[in-house]
Amino acid sequence: MSVRSYIIDDRERKTFLLDREVLVSEDILRQEMAHIFGRCWIYVGHASELGAPGDFRSRKVAGRPVIFCRDQAGEFHCLFNTCRHRGAIVCTQREGNARRFMCIYHGWTYGNDGQLMRVPGDDAYASGFDKAAHGLRRPARFEDYRGFWFMCLDAEASPLHDYLAGAKDYIDLVIDQSPSGQMQIIAGVQEYDVAANWKLMVENSVDDYHLPSTHSTWLNFMANSGVKIEPPPKEAGLVLPTKGLAVELGNGHFTTDNVNFRGRPVAKWIPLYGEPAKAEIDDIRSELVTRLGAERARRVADTNRNLVIFPNLVINDGSSVTVRTFYPEGVGKMHVTAWALGPVEESENARARRLDAFLTFYGPGGFATPDDVEALELVQQGLANWSEDRWSEMSRGMGKEGEQLNSDEHHLRIFWRRWNELMGAAA
Amino acid sequence: MTAPVTATDLITRAQVEDFLYHEAALLDEWRLDAWQELLTDDACYYVPSNDQPQSDHRHALFLIADDRERIRQRIIRVQDPNCHAEYPKSRTRRMIANVRILGVEGDLITVAANFVCYRFRRYERVREYVGAYRYLLRRVGDGFRIRERRVLIDAHELGNLGSVSFIL
Repeated sequence: MSVRSYIIDDRERKTFLLDREVLVSEDILRQEMAHIFGRCWIYVGHASELGAPGDFRSRKVAGRPVIFCRDQAGEFHCLFNTCRHRGAIVCTQREGNARRFMCIYHGWTYGNDGQLMRVPGDDAYASGFDKAAHGLRRPARFEDYRGFWFMCLDAEASPLHDYLAGAKDYIDLVIDQSPSGQMQIIAGVQEYDVAANWKLMVENSVDDYHLPSTHSTWLNFMANSGVKIEPPPKEAGLVLPTKGLAVELGNGHFTTDNVNFRGRPVAKWIPLYGEPAKAEIDDIRSELVTRLGAERARRVADTNRNLVIFPNLVINDGSSVTVRTFYPEGVGKMHVTAWALGPVEESENARARRLDAFLTFYGPGGFATPDDVEALELVQQGLANWSEDRWSEMSRGMGKEGEQLNSDEHHLRIFWRRWNELMGAAA
Repeated sequence: MTAPVTATDLITRAQVEDFLYHEAALLDEWRLDAWQELLTDDACYYVPSNDQPQSDHRHALFLIADDRERIRQRIIRVQDPNCHAEYPKSRTRRMIANVRILGVEGDLITVAANFVCYRFRRYERVREYVGAYRYLLRRVGDGFRIRERRVLIDAHELGNLGSVSFIL
């Protein structure tokens, strides 16, 4: 088996180039389904979406229809939403509470733990027919870290806890917003397609280099709302009013780690929130200091981060907290699902402020995301020239030792090196 | 100035339709400064997330939940050539039908209407936004002003509609 590299990672000349074929090739997409989505831990859902035994959500995870549910004993399951008999979807509702899922085709009925309970006319089968062996199939592995549930199709994969590596510290930092350590997915999901390869969303989610050019209207809006948008400090490479770093977290995961200038519901007031919010944000902040100490409280409240868990989960802990996942629906199209995440004990006003802050930047009607979508779609359109203009340039920041900025491309290179490692050996 | 509404001061569907058609024309023609003049000083503009059409924006994540100031900022943004999602601007054409006056309370009129909004961009197939408008109109003199404008999209998810980067 030959090894192909899709990147030119020249550390002597300090250049990094990406072969654009990886963004346009149907063959490569097919290989990704096996070697990326078939081997990595993929985000399924959050424990808070299933509050009670019997609760379920049907959704697609990396394109596969699954039922994310709890059984009568309260145990969490991820079941393939495919009847063992002839293959029909057995759960057609988006969400609800059910003891059983009945296939409408011939009536095979499964418990909310996936076990096959009923087969109409089962006396017509030979005596060896074993109901116990015909429960709904499920991914080889299904594990959670602090309420974030992931599935893995590879039985041999390392445990989720090990897979997440350094990303756990940043998930912890997000969860520390909650006094009880419990965050919840808030009602209302944003599901939209982007006519671009799914990997472009990974890049875009952490690339702070694009902010001034792609999001100048958002920066203007912030300035119009009383937020100070200072020129970048005089340090090489800075493009934003405050400094931020790109941090490698292992196994292809990475994050930005930025000094905040854009306000945080927990807990940094900006004029956009309005004067009446000041007192409550002060209270939220003192709770952080009391519970976590001054230094950790500063990390939670005064820094923000966009975290990528390889390959396709992004937690943007910025103007609000988003949990965002996406999967390919063809080589030039992805489906994005985005939720808002907040502390369970948040007051009504704090929750409303969080949701409002979300919409100032994120989502299909936000003041920034539509321009990200536009940028990614323009990339995909431009890639039609890939065979004559083959390489994407991703060397920013390679010329220096030590720390890498959020506006460098260090973290993008981390993604692509890991992707290349998983894919290249398979070529 | 708000004129008192009397029993003889009936509001007809035709009057409401004329107002909504006028508004649709301003939006399709991108005459957004003129459109803003149709709004009250406390106007709101909501587009709920597709799975939560009946929710309250303080409890559920919406696509858009603008108060008057946010609408002003949104208009500044979409008129800026650096609003890349709308530069060049989408061409839109909206059809409004099934207009109903659901209730009148004081100077406030609740109105429902169906809409189809076709959106065209270069090199793209048409995107069809289909749904219902819910208005709270305020009677002002001989005409109306928009106190609340709620857009309920029928699609189960936005999907290939992509963004709502224009005023829907």
